[in-house]
Order: sequence, then structure tokens, then C-alpha cells
Amino acid sequence: MLEVAAVNSFYGKAHILFDVSFSVGKGEAVALLGRNGAGKSTVLKSILQLVRPESGKVLFEGRDITRLPPHRIARLGLGYVPEERRIFADLTVSENLEVGRQPARTGLPLWTPERLFELFPNLAERRNALGGTLSGGEQQMLTIARTLMGNPRLLLLDEPSEGIAPVIVEQMARTIRALKDAGVTVLLSEQNLRFARTVAERALIIDSGHIRFDGSFVDLEADAEISASYLAV
Amino acid sequence: MGLLVAQLLAGLANAAALFLVASGLSLIFGVTRIVNFAHGSLYMLGAYCGYTALQYLTGPLGFWAAALAAAVAVGLFGLLVECLILRRLYKAPELFQLVATFGVVLVVQDLTLMLWGAEDLLGPRAPGLDRAVMLFGQPVPEYDLALIAVAPLVLLGLWLLMTKTRAGILIRAATQDREMVGALGINQSLLFSGVFFLGAALAGLGGALQLPKGGADLTLDLGILAPAFVVVVIGGMGSIGGAFVAAVLISVVNVFGVLYLPESTLVLMYVVMAVVLLVRPHGLFGRAELQAGPPAAGIPDRPLAPLGPRWRTAALALIGLLAVLPLIGSDFALVLATDIVVLALFAASLHFMLSLGGLISFGHAALFGGGAYAAALAVTYAETPMELALLLAPLAGGWLAFAIGWFCLRLTGVYFAMLTLAFAQLLWSLAFQWTEVTGGDDGLIGIWPAAWASDGTVYYYLTIVLGGGAILMLRHLAHSPFGYALRAARDSEKRARVSGIRVDRVRLAAMVVSGTMAGLAGGLFVFSKGSVFPSALEIARSFDALIMVFLGGVDALGGPLVGAAALTLLQDWLSRLESWRLLLGLAVIAIVLLAPTGIAGFAGRLLRRREAS
Ligand SMILES: Nc1ncnc2c1ncn2[C@@H]1O[C@H](COP(=O)(O)OP(=O)(O)O)[C@@H](O)[C@H]1O
Ligand SMILES: [Mg+2]
Repeated sequence: MLEVAAVNSFYGKAHILFDVSFSVGKGEAVALLGRNGAGKSTVLKSILQLVRPESGKVLFEGRDITRLPPHRIARLGLGYVPEERRIFADLTVSENLEVGRQPARTGLPLWTPERLFELFPNLAERRNALGGTLSGGEQQMLTIARTLMGNPRLLLLDEPSEGIAPVIVEQMARTIRALKDAGVTVLLSEQNLRFARTVAERALIIDSGHIRFDGSFVDLEADAEISASYLAV
Repeated sequence: MGLLVAQLLAGLANAAALFLVASGLSLIFGVTRIVNFAHGSLYMLGAYCGYTALQYLTGPLGFWAAALAAAVAVGLFGLLVECLILRRLYKAPELFQLVATFGVVLVVQDLTLMLWGAEDLLGPRAPGLDRAVMLFGQPVPEYDLALIAVAPLVLLGLWLLMTKTRAGILIRAATQDREMVGALGINQSLLFSGVFFLGAALAGLGGALQLPKGGADLTLDLGILAPAFVVVVIGGMGSIGGAFVAAVLISVVNVFGVLYLPESTLVLMYVVMAVVLLVRPHGLFGRAELQAGPPAAGIPDRPLAPLGPRWRTAALALIGLLAVLPLIGSDFALVLATDIVVLALFAASLHFMLSLGGLISFGHAALFGGGAYAAALAVTYAETPMELALLLAPLAGGWLAFAIGWFCLRLTGVYFAMLTLAFAQLLWSLAFQWTEVTGGDDGLIGIWPAAWASDGTVYYYLTIVLGGGAILMLRHLAHSPFGYALRAARDSEKRARVSGIRVDRVRLAAMVVSGTMAGLAGGLFVFSKGSVFPSALEIARSFDALIMVFLGGVDALGGPLVGAAALTLLQDWLSRLESWRLLLGLAVIAIVLLAPTGIAGFAGRLLRRREAS
């Protein structure tokens, strides 16, 4: 479904990603793990071409999307949920959802505000509130709901468990599993190993812009050294 | 009572066109982050297009149809400008966008002249609305009442568009975070083009609706620009409701000003603006910038280096050439060279704050003209000798810069730029309207150099010594700890603060240095011309400075000199041609699109490449 091949990315002259390669299969849920500053967000941005890789390729469903403008990539069915949430603060919850709306895709259920309000009941009560007035957890749900309005086949989630209350984290995990069951492929970045393990079956570890590990969580736990050297405990 | 109501209604009627222009400007800025200097030109085009459309469409319905046709025509023109020029500049530094839209101003001026001629066109009366009705015993034109109704209708229409349609929701979302809108699958180019069409059409409608009140002439473009900026700044950038409130406020203040303070009508608007901004720095309905835009002026990616041997030779050769010019050149060459040195100092002073400090000023003429007027006033009223006047000019420039900086530096980026423009216009209004002191449009004349310097050659040398010395001093400052602090503050305000730099003070000091040098340039200018007019303070002069800095290349320290020479020679050469504005405008646009590092930057790159190979 997604193939990242030898991607090198820069911010100005700072080399951030070094020959990053991995792939995500259809229906999989993969966690991209790494410490703060390891390059997780940059990987996701490089997939969506919000950061243009200097070299390397990104293939989505066999199609080369490197250098395509981000809106074309999004329309192919790649949904991106940014780490900073980036809610439109002056728009209501419903209007935020409207911005994300894209036509239905074959083979996938069509997301409507009503269905999303079922998935995120807290949002339903606040549908006419301005985005800027939502709590952190509500904003996190809104940013996911907004991206789902585009009916993505592949969802990129940047640290969805960051900075929200433990109850909401659990709700988030259930939501991600429900999405997976509905047929959405998921690639999420995480620092929180425990959370990642409850939603994903495969782990990638990135450190200083290099992929250091690619395998199942079972293998990862067997190799105590890896988690110790590349993950914050 | 009756008179008061009549004045109030006249003010409200005037607000209509101003609101239309300002709302378009605000809309375009909100979404694309481009400050469209050509917006006044779109307004002017609207007036001319409306005039032409009215030749074919008659009757009451025809009048409104003509206004709409003009709006659509101007909207399409705006779309063309967006697609051909601005679309390539969305990620470019603000200075480039600005220079490009100013290129469009020049092009439109000449195109309008070619198509409609130099004569002012008298606006036809609106059929069916050409009489006056009596209200409280005062005649009020029917057309004024129509305009008073139109503005809220347009506001209502825009409000419906922005809140009830998908397009409007997308526009509002893009105003807050355009990258995210793109990441959600929205084609930004389409959205930007649509917004540009809408904004341009609003300006065009404003121009056409103003026809029965003011007609069409070639000064409409820059004439509406400053008030429109003031309205956008007072209302809050990107806020349409704010533009409405501010347009009404300014227009009403203005008509009462005409009644009670006829001498200060132009100044009044800026006083209102200053008061509003003191209380609300981002305008009535504006908010602070959420995301940082692209760098203000193109950050040099190389550290500043002292002159290499090759450049040092070139500089020495130039100095030698300037020294012997009186022996080999004609009188005219001497005049031209004096002009170039004065302008180079003017440009270098802007370059100092713009390139090193990241502070883009749209109103640098305030400091140049301020120095010029200070010298001229001292000579006229106190018979000050030239030597003393040439000392007063930089002092005045420095003080003005301090005052303006104190006000404007509380804001950054485009807000800062617009505010500086407003202050320059404030000074211009003073020079223009305070006739008893400044001579108004007739200026101050008879400001000649002292006897010992009255010879053209001597004054030329004086200019070189003072102007050249000042430029060298600016260069020296750029390499001093002060210059480094200034650049550190530009590159990362936060990091600069952490390392103990007092960013606000450093910036204010940079403005004072810049103002001092611009003031000196103004002083030298007055004595070389023997006179000063309000044109020393006008918008076009501020733009000359920006264009020179741009032509020379932002990140080349020698750029201002190259830019001044290029602009002076280009203008001298082009002004012999019929449509020099058109050519200059096209040249400027071409340079922005093709050689954005400027002439000096371009040459420098060629040289480095040669040295490398
Ligand atoms: N906009 C940016 N400009 C320059 N450097 C950046 C920028 N964003 C991130 N970086 C740097 O890139 C590296 C990787 O950052 P990021 O991908 O955000 O890491 P993570 O998401 O794993 O915390 C870090 O060293 C960070 O400092
Ligand atoms: Mg991150």
C-alpha cells in the first residue's frame, strides 16, 4: 500500500532523514517509534510531500507520489493527522469537518459528520462550538475526524496519544482499532511504546533519521537492547 | 441638526467605495498573505471599465449592469495577474511580492493611459438617481442614499458567502492555515485564484460605483491605496467586518474634518489610526499572526564576508572613476552621478534595516523627505547656513525614525510595513496641506548650497564625501557587534533573546541609524535640487527605495549602489520613451520572476561560479 524507498530529507541545510526505507501493507497498523527529535514527524511529512525529499521515492498503491502537491496526494486517499492538530480555531466543529470532506471512495465506508459524531460522542455535543474553544482531547478527536471526512485508505497519525488525558488515550486506542477494522490502513508515530503496542502489530524504530528496527512487537520485546538504546523508557 | 445628518450621510456614502476596496485587499491578504499594492490600480481600472461600459449600457438598469460588468472585467484582470505573476511568488519573501505588485501598478498606469487617454473622465450621473431629496431641510443626493444601501448589501453578501458556502468555509480555513487546507485535499491554487478574482472584482466594483461622484482619472490608483491600507489596518488584516466598520469610521471622520478642520483632513485619518493601534495593536477585529510566514527579505545563506581582493579592486576603481568624473564627464553626467550617490545612500539606509534587520518599511520616504524638509525649513525660516542644515537633516531623520519606530516596532512583518507606509503618508499630508509652513504643493524653493559649494563640481565632491562616507559607515556597522545582533534578531528572535540581545532596542537603534542616513540623503538632495516638494515624501519615493534595494539584491552589501545606478540610469533612459512606466514595470516584474537575487547578487553568483571553476 505504501512504500518509502531511500528517502533523504532536509530542513534548509540540516540533513534530517537518511535513506529511510520501509513499507506498509494493506490493512496493517504500523507504529513508527522514536525519541523526541528522532525524525518521526519528518517521515510523515515527507510521505505527504509537505517536506520535499531531496532524493528517494514514495509510492502509494504502486503510484509514485514524490513531488506531487499535497492536495493531490490527499485526494488519492492518504489522510494526514498532524502532531500539532492544527484545528481551524475560528471555524466551528462542523465547519472544520466540512473542510476535510472529499468524495466517497470505492470499497471503503463513507464517513459523514453523523457517523463521526457516533464515533466521537464528545464532539457531537460541541458541533457548533468554535474549534479554538475545544479541550486538548476534543481537538485531538476533531483533527482525526476532520481527516476521516476525506475517506482515506491510509491514515498517517502523528503522535495521537500526546498530551491528552489517560481516559481519552484509551478511547483513542479503541478508535484506531475500530478504524482498522473498518478497512483503513494506519501508520502512526509514537513515543509511547505501551500505547503503540495496543493498536499496532508492527513496529519501526527511527533514531537520528535512520531506521534502526523493522519487525513485530514480539521481536522488539525479545531485543531489550534496541528499546533501551532508541526509545525513552 | 440637518447639516450634521447630511454630513453623516455623505460620510456613509463615501465609505461604500472605500469598504469595497479595503474588503478585497483584506480578503486577498488574509488568504494569500500577499499585500497587493496593485489593489488601487484595480480600483482605477474599475472606474475606467465602468465608464466604457456605460457607453453601451443605458438606463437605470444599464447603470448597475455596467458596474457589475466592470467588476467582472477587473476580476478577470486580477485573475490574470495572479496566474501569470503572483502564483510563482507565494513562497517568495515579502519584498519580492511587493515589488512585483508595484510593477503591476506601473504597468496598469501606462495601459490605462494608452487605452483611455490622459484626460480626466467626467463621471456620468446615475440614471434615475440623479436628483437630491430633502432630509431635515438639507439636500441629500439620491445616489448617496443608494451607495449607503449598497455597502451593507455587499457586506451581507460576503457574510453569506463566507459562512454558508463551502467555498467561504475553505477561504476562512485557508486564512488560518493554508498548508493544512492543502493537506486535507483542497487545491490551494484554485482557492487563491478564486479569492484574487473576488478581491479584484470588489475593487473594480468600488471604482465603478464611485464614477458618478468622482469620475475617473489617472491618480485614483495611488490615491485610494493609503486610505485602503489605513482601513485594513484599523479593521484588522483579513477581517471583512472590520473593514466595514473602519471604512465608515474613516469616512465619517473625514467629512466632519472637512467641516471643522479643513486644513487637516488628510492627517486626521492617520491620527485615528494611531489612536486605534495604541489601544489595539492588531486593529479592531484583527489578531496576532498565528504562523510565521516566509522570511521577510530573503535570508542570505552566506555569512557576510569582507570584500574579496577582486571586489576591493572594483571598489577602488569606482572611487577613482567618481573622483575624476568632473574632468572627463559632461555637466549632465555630474548631475546624474550626484543623483545616484544621493539615491544610493537612501537605498543603503533602507537596505540596512531591511536586509540586516528583516524590517521591511513601505514608508522609507518619511525619513528621506523628513530630512529634506527639515533642512529646507531651517533654511527658509531661520536662514540656517548649509553646513548646519546638513547636520539638521540627519538629526531630523533619526528622530523621526525613533518616533515611527517606537510606534511601529510593536508590530512585525506586514503590519509593520503597512504602519510605516501610513506614517509616511501622514508626513506627506502635512507637507501637502500645511501650506503656510511647507508651501504645500508649491514646495519650498531657493534652497541653494553655501557660496563655496555652489559650483556643481564642488557640490558633487561634497555629496561623494558625505554620501560615500555614510555608506561606508553603514557597511562598517553591518560588520560590527551591533550588526551581528541585528541579524541574530532577524534570524531567530527567540534565540537572540536567550543569548541576551535586547531585540526591541537593537531594532529601534537600527531604525534610528537608518533614519539618520536617509535624512542625510534627503538633506543632500535638497541642496542639489534647490527645492523640495511633497513628492519627496510620496509613496512612489518609498517604492523607489524598495526597488533599488531589490534591484541591487537583498543580500549583497554593495547592492544599494548598484540598484541606485540601475534605477537612475534606467529611468533616465526609459523616460525618453513614450511608455516608460510600462517598460519599467515589466522589467521589474521580469527581474522578480527571473533573477530574484538582483543584479548584484546575480553578478556575484556568476563571479563566484567562475572563481570556483
Ligand atoms: N521546521 C524545522 N526546521 C528545522 N529543523 C527542524 C524542523 N522541524 C524539525 N526539525 C528538526 O528535525 C529533527 C527531526 O524532527 P521531527 O521529525 O519533528 O522529530 P520527531 O517528530 O521524531 O520528534 C529534529 O532534530 C528537529 O530539531
Ligand atoms: Mg514529532
